[in-house]
This record gives sequence, C-alpha cells and structure tokens, in this order.
Amino acid sequence: MQDIFFYLFAALTLLCGFLVVANPFSRSPVTSAMFLVVMMACLAGLFVTLHAFFIAAVQILVYAGAVMVLFLFVIMLLDLKEEERRKLNAFGIGAGIVAVGSIAAILVKTIWFSGVGANKQPMIEGATKNLGTELFTNYLLPFEIVSVLLLVAMVGVILLSKKELK
Amino acid sequence: MMHVGLEHYLIVSTLLFCLGVLGVILRRNLLVMYMGLELMLNAANLALVSFSRFNNNLNGQIMVFFIITVAAAEVAVGLALIVALYRKRQSAHVEDLTSMKL
Repeated sequence: MQDIFFYLFAALTLLCGFLVVANPFSRSPVTSAMFLVVMMACLAGLFVTLHAFFIAAVQILVYAGAVMVLFLFVIMLLDLKEEERRKLNAFGIGAGIVAVGSIAAILVKTIWFSGVGANKQPMIEGATKNLGTELFTNYLLPFEIVSVLLLVAMVGVILLSKKELK
Repeated sequence: MMHVGLEHYLIVSTLLFCLGVLGVILRRNLLVMYMGLELMLNAANLALVSFSRFNNNLNGQIMVFFIITVAAAEVAVGLALIVALYRKRQSAHVEDLTSMKL
C-alpha cells in the first residue's frame, strides 16, 4: 500500500515539477506557480510516506501557503505579459537539456549502483514529539538564530520595497 | 515492482533537482528561475528526510526544518529585490538586466 502511494506521489511530483519548468501549453508564470503549488502538496505526500508528519505539515503551511502566496502576489504586481512574445534560443535550450540530462544520468546511475540503501530498514516512526524535544534542547541556539534571521529578512524586505531607494 | 527503499527516494530527489537546474538554465524570467531554485531546495529536503528515516537519525528532519525557514526568508528578500528591479527597469527578464556586462 505504501509503495503504491510512493509511486503515485513521486510520479505526480516529477510531472508537476516538469510542468513548472517547461509547460508546453503556456509560458505564463502564473501557470508555473500553480503547478509549483501542486508539486509542493505532492512532496508533502512523499514526506508522509516517509513518516515525517511534522515536516509534511510545515511543507504545506510554509511553502504551499506562505511562499506561493508571495509568488502570486509579486506576479500580480508585475506586468509579465511580454514573457509570451520572447523567442527562445534553440542552441541554448539544446545545450542546457544535454548538460542537465547527463548530470541526471550520472547521479541516478551512481545512486542505483552504489547500494546506498542496502540492508537499511525504515526506522523512525511518527517522530514529531522527538523532533520537538531535539529542536528545543540540542538545537535551541540555531532555532533562535533562525528567528533573528527571519526578523532581519523582514526588515530588509520593508527597506527594499519602500518607494524611494536612497 | 520492487520494494521501495532509500534509492527510490534519492532518485526522485535527483530528478527533481535536475528539473530545478533545467528551470534556472532554460527560463529567462526571473520569477520562473526563482521557482527553479525552490524546486532544487525541495529536492534537497526530500533527500534529507529520506536519509533521516533510513538511518534512524532525527537530525535530517531538523535540518529540513531550518532549510524551510531560511528558504522562506530567502524568497521574501529575493522577491523584494525583483520588485525593486522591476521598478527601475520595467522588466523581470534576465536579458534586460545586463548593464554590468563588459
């Protein structure tokens, strides 16, 4: 049963990821953003098949919620009609696909034949409570530093989006 | 159909990462390039969570938690930069932002 969900969510994730990057029917950023939302949700499904329930919930809340709303808001602010009119550089596309395809082939072949998952059984089960304990004992300082980082980012964004940059 | 193991998750993560790279290389729109970056970060998250589960070690999931937080901050700053650039140049296209090219 779990295997079926893995194959389903993996296929959907990769399909939506492809449609974010190279949708054959539309090159509008809004379509890409919508497929990115679907891809985030499917990735959360993959996290659930890995029994990482807290990470799955955070993935939905932060990525599919906050980050994508930000993306759509900025797309709405900018006038991106001219994206459709640009013509593509065929040589650049060919070279890019060949380069990325060879990287993918090398990585997949290495992972498949290295036997990295041999004799490994899935072990961690429903670890939300343990995760919280770990986060607030051993990782308390990084946690606080990340909160300061969020504050810095917020101040920076407000400064950047003021009317006049001096 | 063989039993799903660590390799399967890692291969999905690899392919997702390569799709992200492809997005950054192929697309010329700054926003879509940013979405490619998000794809790459998510692929790294998937690899970390699967390593965490198959090695009985929670540190991977904590790393993912921090990555998600930092990615949210990064997206906010990056999108503010894109908006500021758009205000100056009226374009979010990388080909129109080449004034520092020699």
